[in-house]
Amino acid sequence: MDNLLSITTFIPAIAAAILALFLRGDDEAAQRNAKWLAVAATVMTFIVSLFILAGFDAQDTGFQFVEDREWIMGLNYKMGVDGISILFVMLTTFLMPLVIASCWNVSTRVKEYMIAFLLLETLMLGVFMALDLVLFYLFFEAGLIPMFLIIGVWGGKNRIYASFKFFLYTFLGSVLMLVAMVAMFADAGTTDIPTLMNWTFGTETFSILGVQLIGGMQTLLWLAFFASFAVKMPMWPVHTWLPDAHVQAPTAGSVVLAAILLKMGGYGFLRFSLPMFPVGSAVMADLVLWMSAIAIVYTSLVALVQQDMKKLIAYSSVAHMGFVTMGIFTFNQQGLDGAIFQMLSHGFISGALFLCVGVIYDRMHTREIDAYGGLVNRMPAYALVFMFFTMANVGLPGTSGFVGEFLTLMAAFQVNTWVAAVATTGVIFSAAYALWLYRRVVMGDLIKESLKSITDMTPRERFIFAPLVVMTLLLGVYPSLVTDIIGPSVAALVDHVEAAQSAFAPTTPTAAASH
Amino acid sequence: MEQIILFAPLVGAIIGGFGWKFMGETAAQWLTTSLLFLAAILSWVVFLTFDASAHANGYYTIDILRWIQSGTLDTSWAIRMDRLTATMLIVINTVSALVHLYSFGYMAHDEQFPDTPYKARFFAYLSFFTFAMLMLVTADNLVQMFFGWEGVGVASYLLIGFYYKKPSANAAAIKAFVVNRVGDFGFALGIFAIFFVTGSINFDVIFTEAHHISETTLHFLWRDWNAAEIIAFLLFVGAMGKSAQLILHTWLPDAMEGPTPVSALIHAATMVTAGVFLVCRMSPIMEFAPSATSFIVFLGATTAFFAATVGLVQNDIKRVIAYSTCSQLGYMFVAAGLGVYSVAMFHLLTHAFFKAMLFLGAGSVIHGMHHEQDMRNYGGLRHKLPWTFRAMMIGTLAITGFGVPLLYLGFPVGFAGFVSKDAIIESAYAAGDGYAFWMLVIAALFTSFYSWRLIFLTFYGKPRGDKHTHDHAHESPKVMLAPLAILAFGAVFAGMVFYKPFFGNAKYVGQFFGVSYAEQAHHGEGHDDHGDDHGADAYDDHGDDHATEESHDETAENHGDASHNDDAHGYDKPEGSHDDGHGETHYMFTGQPGQGAIYVASENTTLDDAHSVPVWVKLAPFFAMLLGFITAYIFYIRKPELPKKLAEQQAPLYNFLLNKWYFDELYDAIFVKPAMWLGKFLWKKGDTNVIDGGINGLAMGIIPFLTRLAGRAQSGYVFTYAFAMVIGIAVILTYFTITGGYE
Repeated sequence: MDNLLSITTFIPAIAAAILALFLRGDDEAAQRNAKWLAVAATVMTFIVSLFILAGFDAQDTGFQFVEDREWIMGLNYKMGVDGISILFVMLTTFLMPLVIASCWNVSTRVKEYMIAFLLLETLMLGVFMALDLVLFYLFFEAGLIPMFLIIGVWGGKNRIYASFKFFLYTFLGSVLMLVAMVAMFADAGTTDIPTLMNWTFGTETFSILGVQLIGGMQTLLWLAFFASFAVKMPMWPVHTWLPDAHVQAPTAGSVVLAAILLKMGGYGFLRFSLPMFPVGSAVMADLVLWMSAIAIVYTSLVALVQQDMKKLIAYSSVAHMGFVTMGIFTFNQQGLDGAIFQMLSHGFISGALFLCVGVIYDRMHTREIDAYGGLVNRMPAYALVFMFFTMANVGLPGTSGFVGEFLTLMAAFQVNTWVAAVATTGVIFSAAYALWLYRRVVMGDLIKESLKSITDMTPRERFIFAPLVVMTLLLGVYPSLVTDIIGPSVAALVDHVEAAQSAFAPTTPTAAASH
Repeated sequence: MEQIILFAPLVGAIIGGFGWKFMGETAAQWLTTSLLFLAAILSWVVFLTFDASAHANGYYTIDILRWIQSGTLDTSWAIRMDRLTATMLIVINTVSALVHLYSFGYMAHDEQFPDTPYKARFFAYLSFFTFAMLMLVTADNLVQMFFGWEGVGVASYLLIGFYYKKPSANAAAIKAFVVNRVGDFGFALGIFAIFFVTGSINFDVIFTEAHHISETTLHFLWRDWNAAEIIAFLLFVGAMGKSAQLILHTWLPDAMEGPTPVSALIHAATMVTAGVFLVCRMSPIMEFAPSATSFIVFLGATTAFFAATVGLVQNDIKRVIAYSTCSQLGYMFVAAGLGVYSVAMFHLLTHAFFKAMLFLGAGSVIHGMHHEQDMRNYGGLRHKLPWTFRAMMIGTLAITGFGVPLLYLGFPVGFAGFVSKDAIIESAYAAGDGYAFWMLVIAALFTSFYSWRLIFLTFYGKPRGDKHTHDHAHESPKVMLAPLAILAFGAVFAGMVFYKPFFGNAKYVGQFFGVSYAEQAHHGEGHDDHGDDHGADAYDDHGDDHATEESHDETAENHGDASHNDDAHGYDKPEGSHDDGHGETHYMFTGQPGQGAIYVASENTTLDDAHSVPVWVKLAPFFAMLLGFITAYIFYIRKPELPKKLAEQQAPLYNFLLNKWYFDELYDAIFVKPAMWLGKFLWKKGDTNVIDGGINGLAMGIIPFLTRLAGRAQSGYVFTYAFAMVIGIAVILTYFTITGGYE
C-alpha cells in the first residue's frame, strides 16, 4: 500500500463528512450514533497507523511511505514520515479514541462536536506527515479552526475571549512564517521539504536598520519560523494564551490541546528550524536556552499560586515544554532524544491530568481547588490514578516523565551549566506545586457537604485511563521503545546540524578579516 | 537468586496492593510478609557466601533490561553485587521483614480508619519501599540509583502521609518530598557532570576513570573547578537531602507523622542511610576530592552535634529518636568523609539494628499507651511493659555505646554502638581532625543524656498524665515483641561479630571488600609523621602494577583460611597478636579505583592509624557516655524538679533548642513565603499586566471588538461560516488525494 499515510490521515475526515452529510436530527439516538461513528473512525485510524509503525525501518533515516503527487496550481501533495515524525503520528492516533471516549457525557451539538474532533485529527496528522511547505502550512493553520470552535462553542463562561486570544496569538505568529515560506520559495525555487532540508540558505551577515544580523538570511528566516513555533509551544513570554484557552476549553479540547497541538511547535523546530537554518539556530541558541530556563522557573512559580486546577496544569505544561525547547537547542543527541521523548510523554501525562480534572469537573462543575478536599475518602481509584500521574508529572524515574527531563537536562549541562542548573530547579518546584495541588484536592478529611455523595470513577473512565497508565509506565521502564525508533534519525539530524554549523564557524573570522 | 531478592518485594507490593480485594487483607499481609522473609533469608545467604576474591575486581553484574539509551549514554537495569551491596541487602531486608511482621500487631486497629480497609495498603507501601531501596543499592549505574533514590522518596511520601485525614501528616509528607528534591537537584547535577566528564554513568567506567576525572577541570557556573571535587560535592548535596544532614534535615523530625513501623524502617534503618551508602559507593571519586570530603566531615560532625542538642529537650518520644537518627547519620558521614568507608558502613549496619529496635520499642510503648507520644505523660511503665522495657534498655545501651573499654579479645567487648561509634571517633582523631573528634565526643555525651532521659521518663518514676490511659496500658502482642528480640540480638552482637571485616586492619577489610592490600614496612609510634612516607615507599617498591598483582594473589591465598573460617567461627581466634596496634604487621590498601567495593588511596592510612590512638582517646567516648548517664540520672531520677528549674533559668537557650534552632521558621521566611509571593507577582504583574497588557496591546484592542461582533451573532452563524471553511478545505484535500495523483 503506497498511500498508507493518506489513508490514515483522511479516515477521520471521511467519517466527519459522513456525519455532516448523512446524520440527521439531534435526539439521543443520533447523538449516540455520532459518538460511536467517531470512536470507530478514530480506532480504525489507530489500527491503520499501526501498519505504518510495523513497516517503518528505524535504521533508514530518510523519509518513508512517501507519497508525491501533482496537486493544484503546480503545487505538490507530498507526505512521508521519518524517525522524528512517526511517533507524533502514533501519539495522535493513539490518543484520539480516548479523547472521543472522554466526551461521552457531552449533549450539546454532539454531531458538530464529533466533526470538529475528527477534522482536527486529520489536520494534526497532516501536519506531522506533510513534506511540502504549502501543504504543511495548510494543515498547520487549518488546525486552528476546529480548535477555535471547540473552545468557542463548547467552552466555559469566558470562551469567546479565550478562543479569540488563542486564535489571534497563534495566527499572528504564523503570518510571519508564511512570509518566510515565500522567501524560501524565492530562494530555493521549491517547496519540497526534503530538498529544503538540504538547502543552504545564505549566512552572510547583513544589517537591518543598522543592526548587524549574524547568520544573515538564515537568522531572519529562523526568527520568522520561531515566531510561529514559539507561540505554539508555547514559550515564555508568549504563553499567556494557553492558560486561558485551557481553562475555557472543554475537557476533551484541553486534552487535545495539551497532548497534541502543543507538540506542533516542537516538531516544527525539529523539522524546519534545525535542518533548514542550522546557522540561524546556532546564532539564536543561547536566547532559546535562556527563555526555556526562565520558562521552567517562572511558570512553575506561577503554577504554585493558582486557584484553578486547569490553570495550574496549563502552567505546568508550559514548564514542561521549556524542557523540550531547551533540549532541542542543545543540538546534541541526548537533547533531541530527550525533547522528543518529553513531548510524547507529556502527551500522555498532561492528557491524563486534564482528564483527571474532567472526572471531577463532570461531577461538581467547578475547577476551583478550594471546592475540593478529601476526595480519597470516597474516590480511592481516582486518588490512585491522580497520584500516579502527579508523580509522572514531577518526573519520577520509572515513569515516562523522567526520561525526557533527565535527557534534556543532561544535554543542557554539556552546553551551558548555568542553564542546566536553573532548569534543574524545576524538579523542586514541580514537586511543590503538583503535590500541593494533590493534597488540597484529594487528601484530608472529607468535610465539604457538597462532596459527601461524590462517586468514584465509572468503568468508562477507568477504561480511558488504563492505556495512559500503561504507556506512561512502559515508556518509563523501557524507553528504548522510543529511542530505538527516533535514535538514527536524530543522529542524522545532529550530524547535519553540526556539519553546517562547523562549516559556518571558520568562515566568520575570514569574512570579518576580508572587510 | 539476586533477582528473587530484588523482585520479591515488588511482587508482594503489586499483588498485595491490588489483589487484596480478591484475597482479603489478611492474605495480602501474609503474602507481602512472607515474600519479604524469603528475600531476607536469601540476602543472608548471599552475604555469607559472597566471596569478593572469586570475582574479577570483587564484584559481578547481572543485566536485567535495557533502560535509557541515547547516543553515548547507555543505561541498563542491572544488579551490581559486591560487598557494599551485600551489606545493604541484609540491612534492608532483615529490618524490612521484621517491620512487616511487627506491623501485624501495630496496625491491627486504627482509629484513623474506622471503616476503611487500610492494612493491605500499608503493607503494599512497605514492600514497594523495600523494592525501591533494593534498586538503589543494587544499581550498577547512577541513573538506576537515582530511580531507587526517588522511588524511596515516593514511598516515604506515601507512608508519612499514610494518615491522610491529618493535615499535619499531609504537610509533613510534602515537606519530606520537596526537601529531598532539593537534594536531588544536587544529585542530578552531579550525574550530569559525571556524564559530561566521562561520557558514562556506569560505575565501572566512572571508577576506572577516577584518575582522569581528578585531573580534569570542569567549568561549572561561574568558575573552573576540579571535576572530582565538584562532582563529589554535588553528589553529597543529594546525600544531605536523603540523609537529613544539616541544612536539609528539617523534613526528618516531621516525618514522624507516619506510623511508627515506617519510622523504624525508612527513617532510621534504611532510607536515610542511602546518603552514606552513596558516599561509600562513590569512594573512588571521594578519595580524589579532599576539599569536598573535608566538607562532608565538617557537616557530618556539625549535624551530629546539632541534632544531639535538639534531642536533649524534645518531649515527643519519636522526635527524640528522630533527632538521634539525624545525629548518628552525622557520625557515619564523618567516617565516610574521612575515607574510612568500611567504618561508615559498620556504623550503618549496627545502627540499623539498634535504631530500628528503639523505634519499634517506642512504637510498642505508643501502642500500649493508646497513641500517646508525649513522654511527659509516661512514667513507670517498666512494670506494665516489661519486655518492651528490656528491649529499650538494650537499644539504649547500644546507642550510648556501653562496653568494656580497653578490653580486647580479638574484638572490643561491648554493645554494637560501642564498637562502631568508637571506631568513628578514633578514626576522627587518627585523621587529625580535631573539630570532628570533639564534636563527636560531645555528641556522644548528649546522646547518652537524651537516651537515658527517654528511658527514665518513660519507664521510671511515677505515672504521669491521663490515669485512664495508664490503667489500660498493656504489653504488646508477641508478633511485635519477636522482631524486638531479633533486633536486640543484633544490637548486642553486631558490633563484636563484624568488628574485623569492617574495622580490623586493612588486610581483613581488604579481603572482605575485595580490595587488594599489601604489608607495610615497620610502622611505629610516630605514625602521623611517617605514615605518608612509608606508604609512598611501599608503593614505590612494588611498583604500580606489580603491587596490585602480588596482593591479589595474597587475597586469593588467604581467602580459604582466613575469610571463610572467620565467617564461620565469628572471628573468635585472631591471627597474630593484635595488641593496640603496637608491634604488629601493618597493612595498607593497594587497590586501584574500580577494584573492589570501595577504594581507599594507599596514602589514606586512617584505618590503620585509628588502631593506635592514645588511650585517652579510646576512653573519651566512654566517659562522655558515663557523664551523660549520670546527668540524666540526677535530672530525672534523683531530682526531677531540676530540669524544669534549669529550663526556666536558661529560657532563651531552652527555647532555642526546643524550637530546633528555628530552622523551620527561618526557611518559611526565606524560601516558602518569598516563593509564593514571587509566584503571585509573576502571575498578576508579569503575565497579566506586562505580557498580556504590553506585548499584545494591539491584539487586546482587537479582541473586545471581535467579541462584540461575535456576541451580536446570536444565532452563531459566524461559527457556521467557519465550519463551512474547514469542511471546504477538507473536501478539497480529500478530493485531490484520491483523484489528484491519477489525473
